[in-house]
Amino acid sequence: MLAKMMSLFLLGLIRVLTGSQARWHGCPPKAEQRIYFANHQSHADLVMIWAALPKELRSVTRAIAAKDYWTKTPFKQWLTTAVFNVIYVSRDRTADEDPLEPLFDALENGDSIILFPEGTRGFTGEPQPFKAGLYNLALKYPKVVLVPAWINNVQHVLPKGEVVPVPVLCSVTFGAPMHLQVGEERRVFLERARAAVVALRDV
Amino acid sequence: MYFYIKNLTATQQIGALFIIVFGLLLMTSVAVFLLSMREHGDDDRAELMRKELKSVDGMLRSSWLMVFVFWIGWITGDWVALTVFGIVSFFSLREFLTLSPTRLGDHRSLVLAFFVVLPTQYWLVGSGHFDMFAVFIPVYVFLALPLASALANDPLRFLERNAKLQWGIMVCIYGMSHVPALLMLEFPGYDNRNAFLVFFLVLVVQICMVTQHFASRKLMQPPVAPAISQSFNWRSWWIGISVGSLVGALLAGITPWVPGTAFAFAFIACVAGSLGHFVMKALKRDRGIPNWGAQGQSTTGAGGLLDRVDALCFAAPVFFHSARWYFDI
Repeated sequence: MLAKMMSLFLLGLIRVLTGSQARWHGCPPKAEQRIYFANHQSHADLVMIWAALPKELRSVTRAIAAKDYWTKTPFKQWLTTAVFNVIYVSRDRTADEDPLEPLFDALENGDSIILFPEGTRGFTGEPQPFKAGLYNLALKYPKVVLVPAWINNVQHVLPKGEVVPVPVLCSVTFGAPMHLQVGEERRVFLERARAAVVALRDV
Repeated sequence: MYFYIKNLTATQQIGALFIIVFGLLLMTSVAVFLLSMREHGDDDRAELMRKELKSVDGMLRSSWLMVFVFWIGWITGDWVALTVFGIVSFFSLREFLTLSPTRLGDHRSLVLAFFVVLPTQYWLVGSGHFDMFAVFIPVYVFLALPLASALANDPLRFLERNAKLQWGIMVCIYGMSHVPALLMLEFPGYDNRNAFLVFFLVLVVQICMVTQHFASRKLMQPPVAPAISQSFNWRSWWIGISVGSLVGALLAGITPWVPGTAFAFAFIACVAGSLGHFVMKALKRDRGIPNWGAQGQSTTGAGGLLDRVDALCFAAPVFFHSARWYFDI
């Protein structure tokens, strides 16, 4: 109940602040298993892309969040579990466990996921090189559709270290689905994926 | 006609007004809808017609919006009207600032603009602190916001960034807040029918803009400043102003004025509004966009609010202050 209200509140808030426009450029919103991957500049990215999805997809689409940061306080943990139903990934690597393990579980479950392959928030406007996680997932689950997305302007809403957000119109542009080509090298694929995200900036 | 209207009671006047205005709007909307259904044999003509109808449709929508806002304001009382105009301010400022990219160092000043300056200005209007409300933004905010920016320790394009923010605040908050401010003015012998004055201003300005738009389409005169606006020329401007002012004179019955004075005030509002709209066009050209709203290129969303209200933002302060000065209130 509380979680439901919180999600409505956040949805309203993000709409008032950003207009939360979704622009489906390369594909329609569709209930198939997908991995959305996007640029990452602000904490609000997660809420933004979540709000831009239609209601029906929102419940089956789960974002990835860093475990150490988002479980630090009970409120953060509640927010990410009860409201967003995120998948936690630990950033500090312990030798015996694949950090992508929780993602595999989610994908086996049939959930779609939202991934920020840069790994951390960038500040330059240009996305940083993508981490290998996207490649590993694409390799392991070739059936899942990969959809690039560009989140525009959100860094102005809530820059790092600020508490009060500022209203700016933002949009999420979803591009044409892409696939891992047979025998495609990891570096090549990641560069191609990054280019697909950046290309959406100007459409 | 004039005395007939003037002698009706306030409620009767309001009733008549709503019937006339909503009726006219409804008729136009139906006519446009019917026109859009018409078949054309010739493809080129059909395409031209479609474009024409689309722009007319935009105008109609903004007219509906304005009349609706007025109506809400009238049936619910001053504070709701203030809130509605405050919300319009908020969203137009959001559009304005989205298209005038700011830097991270501006964050604090933006927060102040949206969450302190805007509510304070509207509160000053609502509580009738007219002297303070007239100078709050041009004097106090003008000094305070650059301070917040300067403290952010980022000198890059400092003047430009601050000028943009100040402009946005002046147009979207200061200008807009003068529309509900009309509700608070006390004219002698007008027994608080000030909602009519808001209506008068909005209607006169809107009629002027619409007339000017159609006149420039029909006349096909060479534009005065083609780099800024392809449609703005002096002849259609004069036509717009004259029609707007004449309608103002006809509406004298709902104002505290005689037709001559009403004509003069409508004239002032129309001049300020239409020229303000032109200035906003120059700003848009500077940003390289056809209209405000998200990205200027997107097809969905609640974009383009500022396009609809910018004339009002310029007309309202001039109208308000000249009325106050003239009547010494």
